[in-house]
Amino acid sequence: MTREDAFLQFLLRMGDNTLILGHRVSEWCGHAPVLEEDIALANTALDLIGQTQMWLGLAGEIEGAKSADDLAFLRDAWDFRNVLLVEVPNGDFGRTLMRQFLFDAWHSIMLGRLMTSSDERVAAIAEKASKEVSYHLERSGDTVVGLGDGTEESHARMQEALDYLWPYVGEMFAGDAVDAEMAAAGIAPDPAGLREEYDALVGRVLGEATLTIPESRFAHKGGRDGRMHTEHLGHLLTSMQWLQRAYPGASW
Amino acid sequence: MYAQMIKAAGTGVKSREEMTDQERVFQDKIDADIKIEPRDWMPDDYRATLIRQIGQHAHSEIVGQLPEGNWITRAPTLERKAILLAKVQDEAGHGLYLYCAAETLGVSRDEITEMLLDGRMKYSSIFNYPTLNWADIGAVGWLVDGAAIMNQVPLQRTSYGPYSRAMIRICKEESFHQRQGYDAIRKMAEGTPEQRKMAQDALNRFWYPSLMMFGPSDKESVHSAQSMAWKIKINTNDELRQKFVDQTVPQAEYLGLTIPDPELKWNEQRGHYDFSEPDWSEFFDVIKGNGPCNVDRLADRNKAWDDGKWVRDGLLAHAEKRKARKSAAAKVAAE
Amino acid sequence: MKNEWPLWEIFIRGQHGMSHRHVGSLHAPDAEMAIKNARDVYTRRNEGVSIWVVEAKHISATAPGDKGPLFEPSESKIYRHPTFFDIPDEVGAM
Repeated sequence: MTREDAFLQFLLRMGDNTLILGHRVSEWCGHAPVLEEDIALANTALDLIGQTQMWLGLAGEIEGAKSADDLAFLRDAWDFRNVLLVEVPNGDFGRTLMRQFLFDAWHSIMLGRLMTSSDERVAAIAEKASKEVSYHLERSGDTVVGLGDGTEESHARMQEALDYLWPYVGEMFAGDAVDAEMAAAGIAPDPAGLREEYDALVGRVLGEATLTIPESRFAHKGGRDGRMHTEHLGHLLTSMQWLQRAYPGASW
Repeated sequence: MYAQMIKAAGTGVKSREEMTDQERVFQDKIDADIKIEPRDWMPDDYRATLIRQIGQHAHSEIVGQLPEGNWITRAPTLERKAILLAKVQDEAGHGLYLYCAAETLGVSRDEITEMLLDGRMKYSSIFNYPTLNWADIGAVGWLVDGAAIMNQVPLQRTSYGPYSRAMIRICKEESFHQRQGYDAIRKMAEGTPEQRKMAQDALNRFWYPSLMMFGPSDKESVHSAQSMAWKIKINTNDELRQKFVDQTVPQAEYLGLTIPDPELKWNEQRGHYDFSEPDWSEFFDVIKGNGPCNVDRLADRNKAWDDGKWVRDGLLAHAEKRKARKSAAAKVAAE
Repeated sequence: MKNEWPLWEIFIRGQHGMSHRHVGSLHAPDAEMAIKNARDVYTRRNEGVSIWVVEAKHISATAPGDKGPLFEPSESKIYRHPTFFDIPDEVGAM
């Protein structure tokens, strides 16, 4: 694998994570439990879409004369490099916020490291995104605490959400040859190296939320290398890409 | 125009002789363009009418999220998705501002929400029509927001302070909505033959429902006369409808799209376009609950509300627990 | 059972604003969430750099009937305003 190949894979991983999660969060629009949450979720989705434009925009340049839209709307499921965590369906509001928190925690640590990337373009994107993501983390963390330590029902639902999502956490820290190449180039950190900080952060918040982290460290994999996505991704792409696929070449 | 057919409470405009002293002082203030504020005295009928009107307006913003929200996950580019999401989010914000204005009249947001959910209160007829192709998103911004703005701009001068302030904020934010809609449909009108077809199809379906947004003619209505005397309605429905048609026809011509009205023509004498009235029997069907989407829209809102209950309760319970823990800790510290 | 989140009044100081201004209200379970909600609801267009929230029930206000006694006396104290005084042009800006 050349360094350029690895760099492209890295950018797709970053951009596909934000693309798919932004899409999922946008599905809530008009349906949240209360207006204030509806508006807040839309802000999160908008930030993620904006970050997608930056990551996939850069990926398109590297790949050669492709736009972020080309990459978002014209690749098939096996080309996507997002972690499985972000493509699982929203479920109830509790699961959506738990997924957001588990991702935000990783995302904020990752972006913190990327701000000192040897690649200036990566550092610049990380700089902008990390401000947005610090707020996402604060908000999702507070909500997880509030609902975990709320009523009996909200506690039970949040524990259920955590149990469902926990097996998807490990993939964010599973490194491979792409990561080794990026780490060697000083472009991005080795993901395994983020785990300790992540566990401390997540442990503290989930403790405050009176939730129990499942003991099993089993991790589903296959998203970030595209080897095996969940069945859910195809359905998401079916709606997301429909217009571009049905009317090729049209401009919108 | 998100408030349709608001029946002013009471029996119509009173003459000065019929008014009590308090009512005269109140009406004098309105006539002098002095804003009425929440703690000021106001006639019960004024309060009741405003709650109906602001409530219906707020509900329209909230239900109005649904037809456009229908396309967020299918928006054709990242930029269009972001624009549409930001726009639908604004509508949630506008609903929120308006509910807050209604709250100053003594009705809580939960109470007024429940009146929407169980059908006691209405929302604009327009949101009971479906969005079937991507050009509908353009048409909604261009026509529906265009019609709404026509009504909302004068309402910035409405007599009730909190309503007026909400409208000022809303109008400021709303200005991008119509433009993004026109921009989206223009792209399609200038696009491939299929895109053009979508744009014309959208205009065909949204033209008459947009005209209905202004409500039936109210020249003779005593309710409208009362609302106008109170300055919570500024223009008649017919005035606004005419203004909307006059403004929209050249915009459609620019796009090369045909307004689905064979009678439409410029009337030199009047200095306005002549146009066909919408089918008012269809309008009354929609108002009664028989529009294409009434049942689904309300079911959607009810589901969101019911599904969200545990979240609202959970976060409130946590806030109360925290407060209790804090005051317990403060007690210990004091001892 | 009524379980409505309390109402909060939101005050925001803008980029170039000298003081916090009332911008509107919203609902939130507690002050911390009220601040976050205010950030999401009322600063979507870059309107603010600082947020205050006050639970609506804690705001005390003047009664509309007191408008006369409270505010009219100051109308007659025109000497508090700089334009009340004639300053000769010769002395320059003051």
